[in-house]
Amino acid sequence: MAKSVIPIGPYHPLQEEPEFFTLTVDGETVVDIDIQIGYNHRGIEKLSERKTFDQSTFVIERICGICSTNHPFAYTRAVEDIIQVEVPERAKYIRTIIAEGERIHSHLLWLGLAGHFLGYNTVYMWVWKLREEILDVMEILSGNRNSYAMFKPGGVRRDINAEDIPLVIKKIDSIIPTLTRLKKAIIDDPVLHARLKGIGILTKQEAIDYCALGPTSRASGVARDVRKDAPYGAYDRVEWDMIVTENGDVFDKVVVRILEMYESIKIVKTCLQNLPDGEIDLNIKDIPPGEGIGAAEAPRGETFHYVRSDGTNRPARHKVRAPTFMNLPTCKTTVIGETVSDATIILAGVDPCYCCTERMAVRSIKGKKLYNGQDLIRLSQEKTETIKKKMGIK
Amino acid sequence: MTIVYLIIYGFLLTAVLGLIAAWIDRKITARIHYRVGPPFFQPLIDIIKLVGKETLIPKGASRAMFISAPVIGFASVVMVSALLWGSNNNLFSSFLGDIIVVLYLLSIPSISIMLGGFASGNPLARIGSSREMKLLLGYELPFVLAILVPVIKSGFSLKLGEIISFQAQNGAFATYASGILALIVCILCIQAKLGLVPFDCPEAETEIISGPMVEYSGTGLAIFRLMKNMLLFTLPFFLIILFLGGFKFSGITILYSVLKYIAFLLVITVIRNTNPRLRIDQAMKFFWGPTTGIAVIAVVLALLGK
Repeated sequence: MAKSVIPIGPYHPLQEEPEFFTLTVDGETVVDIDIQIGYNHRGIEKLSERKTFDQSTFVIERICGICSTNHPFAYTRAVEDIIQVEVPERAKYIRTIIAEGERIHSHLLWLGLAGHFLGYNTVYMWVWKLREEILDVMEILSGNRNSYAMFKPGGVRRDINAEDIPLVIKKIDSIIPTLTRLKKAIIDDPVLHARLKGIGILTKQEAIDYCALGPTSRASGVARDVRKDAPYGAYDRVEWDMIVTENGDVFDKVVVRILEMYESIKIVKTCLQNLPDGEIDLNIKDIPPGEGIGAAEAPRGETFHYVRSDGTNRPARHKVRAPTFMNLPTCKTTVIGETVSDATIILAGVDPCYCCTERMAVRSIKGKKLYNGQDLIRLSQEKTETIKKKMGIK
Repeated sequence: MTIVYLIIYGFLLTAVLGLIAAWIDRKITARIHYRVGPPFFQPLIDIIKLVGKETLIPKGASRAMFISAPVIGFASVVMVSALLWGSNNNLFSSFLGDIIVVLYLLSIPSISIMLGGFASGNPLARIGSSREMKLLLGYELPFVLAILVPVIKSGFSLKLGEIISFQAQNGAFATYASGILALIVCILCIQAKLGLVPFDCPEAETEIISGPMVEYSGTGLAIFRLMKNMLLFTLPFFLIILFLGGFKFSGITILYSVLKYIAFLLVITVIRNTNPRLRIDQAMKFFWGPTTGIAVIAVVLALLGK
């Protein structure tokens, strides 16, 4: 059969977000892939520069609906890095609880979607039903099922009530048996083995070369996790294991995510049981000029924020790098050589989140590309230089 | 008489039963998923709604084939249903070799889907159609082998009527070891014929956006949908005739007939809800490897009289 092009996107039942993969196929085998994003650019970095440091937290939270806590986490850490302060101990614990709760619900969401992509809708529905439990927990803790609005530079916005804690622990315990049953059903299913084992292999070297992050790298044997490498929040105060597997195929990515949920449950429980007393907020008033970086391990990998302050109440520059930005290019090696059937689950295997990753492309009305990614990077670097000069920073 | 059978039994009765079967299937699936599920008339409403929609024909499509493909598939299902009802209701209306005719007619829906997909000129439809073709080649071999079992068992009869009457006298073939094995093979094959998980790779929604159906809209899609719903009744019906002695409509046996069908539907629904989709090469290997093996064993057992 001659080579033909299979478009996945911009509208495709595979993913709920707009993205565009052009698969060049020879029969059923993928021989080339082109990844295009940029359909949903919202200019959040620019928006953030128009808001105060406090307001920005809410904007940042809306970068991604699923990792809605890890973006503010990284951002607040970046702001705290400018001021050089440590948040109160209780705030650290609360932040960790919220971030890990989010990891559980995000991994469950991915697991369900992965089932859906494989045509296994029962897994999809069952996992999402289980996810409701954890969303309830988050609602008890923060008042919101999603987009918790718990973070602020210098601490957290809301405290966790002591009377909620037993109920939350009970609810979290109640999901473990169901999760274990699901784990057995998924990890021991021979048909799933046939579909997932040995496909989309990302070798350890490739994972290092592509700077893959999060579960994508950990499934390939690269032990890379911000929570362990540069502990923040309360991660160095609780016992937990980093899940690392060796094969790098889609099955290992599933295994890593399922086992990580157990670790997250452990972290949430330990943090809730050992929640220290004290302040939850530093009540930061002024942010001095300077720059700061913050990283947080989102469910998909390391989220990285850079914030520059010029002494006013607004960030002068705010730069976001979401984990999918690093993970998505790995599809270039994993998808090529596989069949179209496998391509979809491999693409989904990195747990892509396009709205986090969106980069801008400038096109003329006729569709001709005026600036591509590299041009825009150059422009942004030039702008940073100008700002630096204006502020007198070397 | 033939016309009456075609319209009343082949089309109306089968369509009504098929739509009910589709509803049962959807409802059970929904309950397995912890969902509420559709109301009783939803499958019918879907068809009516689709008929009312505009039919779009893509620019690069081969027009005549694109329009006629659903009609060909639908006509063959009506014909095969009429044939089956005819043999079931009046054993003497059966003619020599009607089982072969049924086999041929049952593969035409798949071929019509393939034709429609290729005619639409869409690359996704092309992939879906080529998968459908591979799948057809895969499951036809074990399916035919398994159907040899009732033929052998009934003393090498190629008449559906004789197969039914033989079972009425000597008990259903599904009570023999060979019959059970052949039945299992047949259930797997009709799963693929119906295009349900785990053999729905030709239509894989999340991979190739329903493959051959991707360009169909309006009436064409409605006919394909109705065809699939009718097949959901006709294929189990065929197996019931071959292995469980057909339907009987006198007194309490009606209940038994309904139960036989519901059992088949349940098995199909449960299989489709407890498996992920197989890749096409895996499906081919599955049909040409273990499934054909079981079918051959069933044939040998049948020849030995087991």
